[in-house]
Amino acid sequence: MTSPAKRFDLPTVELETKPYWDAAKEGRLLLRRCASCGRAHAYPRPFCPHCWSEDVPWEQASGRARLYTYSTVFFNDLPPFNERLPYIAAVVDLEEGPRMMTGLVETEGVDLQLGMALEAVFLPLDDTLAAPFFRPALGKDTT
Amino acid sequence: MSRRVALAGVGLADNGKDHGQTPYGMLAQASRRAVAEAGLTPADIDGFGSTALGTLAPIDVAEYMGLRPRWLDSTAVGGSSWEIMAAHAADAISQGRADVILLAYGSTARSDLRNKLRTGSLDWGSRGPMQWEAPYGHSLMSKYAMAARRHMFEYGTTLEQLAEIAVSARFNAAENPQAQERTPITIDDVLSGPMIADPFQKLQCCLRSDGGAAVVLVAEDRVADLPSKPVWVLGSGESSSHVSMSQWEDFTVGPASVSGPLAFQRAGLTPADIDVCQIYDAFTSMLLITLEDLGFCGKGEAGPFVADGRLRLGGALPTNTDGGGLSACHPGQRGLFLLVEAVRQLRGESGPRQVAGAETACVSGTGGWFCSSGTMILGTR
Repeated sequence: MTSPAKRFDLPTVELETKPYWDAAKEGRLLLRRCASCGRAHAYPRPFCPHCWSEDVPWEQASGRARLYTYSTVFFNDLPPFNERLPYIAAVVDLEEGPRMMTGLVETEGVDLQLGMALEAVFLPLDDTLAAPFFRPALGKDTT
Repeated sequence: MSRRVALAGVGLADNGKDHGQTPYGMLAQASRRAVAEAGLTPADIDGFGSTALGTLAPIDVAEYMGLRPRWLDSTAVGGSSWEIMAAHAADAISQGRADVILLAYGSTARSDLRNKLRTGSLDWGSRGPMQWEAPYGHSLMSKYAMAARRHMFEYGTTLEQLAEIAVSARFNAAENPQAQERTPITIDDVLSGPMIADPFQKLQCCLRSDGGAAVVLVAEDRVADLPSKPVWVLGSGESSSHVSMSQWEDFTVGPASVSGPLAFQRAGLTPADIDVCQIYDAFTSMLLITLEDLGFCGKGEAGPFVADGRLRLGGALPTNTDGGGLSACHPGQRGLFLLVEAVRQLRGESGPRQVAGAETACVSGTGGWFCSSGTMILGTR
């Protein structure tokens, strides 16, 4: 019997970040917003990276974002990415301001344009974890 | 105490495909050559810097070479670590904390991959800030590709312009017998190659090489005794940006936009004063964006700036005269190789690839994925 190949796509959930991953499992994207300076930040820290206030309650994000940039990846030899090629790595700007690293899905037949509207979709990583990805928000661009 | 600092000796290992050496061996071979070229002996070395090799860098390699340095550095911020360590070394010598400092690097990245001692893509782990990118497979190449795409979007930079950087590197490599790839290529060759991370084809990405390099820095009081022509450190700067791509505010502006102006200001020079450049080119876009950040052209202008062959030997701004990481040698970290080539150009020892009358050089290393930068201005006077 062979042991399964090591996976490189699973985040190490920490006490500090567990609320984020628990919410993602429920299909919710969390940010933290500083009660002192008012700025939202991501990725979440237990303090505000802008003013260092420790008063940073969690807040649910809308899941709406704009595509900042992306790359379709054709080479990655780390499992499980090596079995998914090609896939799309992306960086998106959330409606609330912060930028996040993610992946694009459900892009078949879509002409990807930087600045286009996206919406979050939550995909399982394994039995216990899910992560937010983004898909084109077709027909929902109200700007 | 404030002393001027010179690069007194440089060396490369037998870089290439069939060297039969370990990374330690390559590092030590380059070091012996650099120290011999400086007319010094191991007993003269009182400071040592190295990184990315060993468990307690730089001590493992110092031990391997039989050194017991009393000044140490092991900056670990990617390929730019070498320009940053050279700056730290120059400061230390200037202030009298050391007289002779050796910086040395060795890597067998190419052989390690072939011998299955490492993976092609790097495992950055999944803890701390890395947990936010682990699910998405943002390979190093895709990070650079994403920045290139943003530059193309904002400024109309074309893949043909980026490809010219690879073509220029190969053009220069033709005059370097030690370069790993010397067969001329065309823009079509680049653009018709296999896609690695869209929009990058294979030839927009650097080589994977084995290699060793070493540099010796000395105090000005030692220069009169040297057999080699000294090359002076005129100014330097360093900076950091991000590791998580989400924390990078503008993907068209790299950290050399901070380290470059600092280095030029401290040297009392401007980009217009520079005769030859050695600028880190792990990807074509890394060089393109860094040229703008350093001020050789305006932001967004580097596409047309490089398209006329300006970076080639004989061009208006000969850059990466040995062929760069795209064609000569890229063994994981290229920073020290930039300094070696700059010194050889300023000594006038570069044979068929010599830039005539070169008196000033701009060396700029980029670490990680535009995470860090170290810029150093060198001169013959």
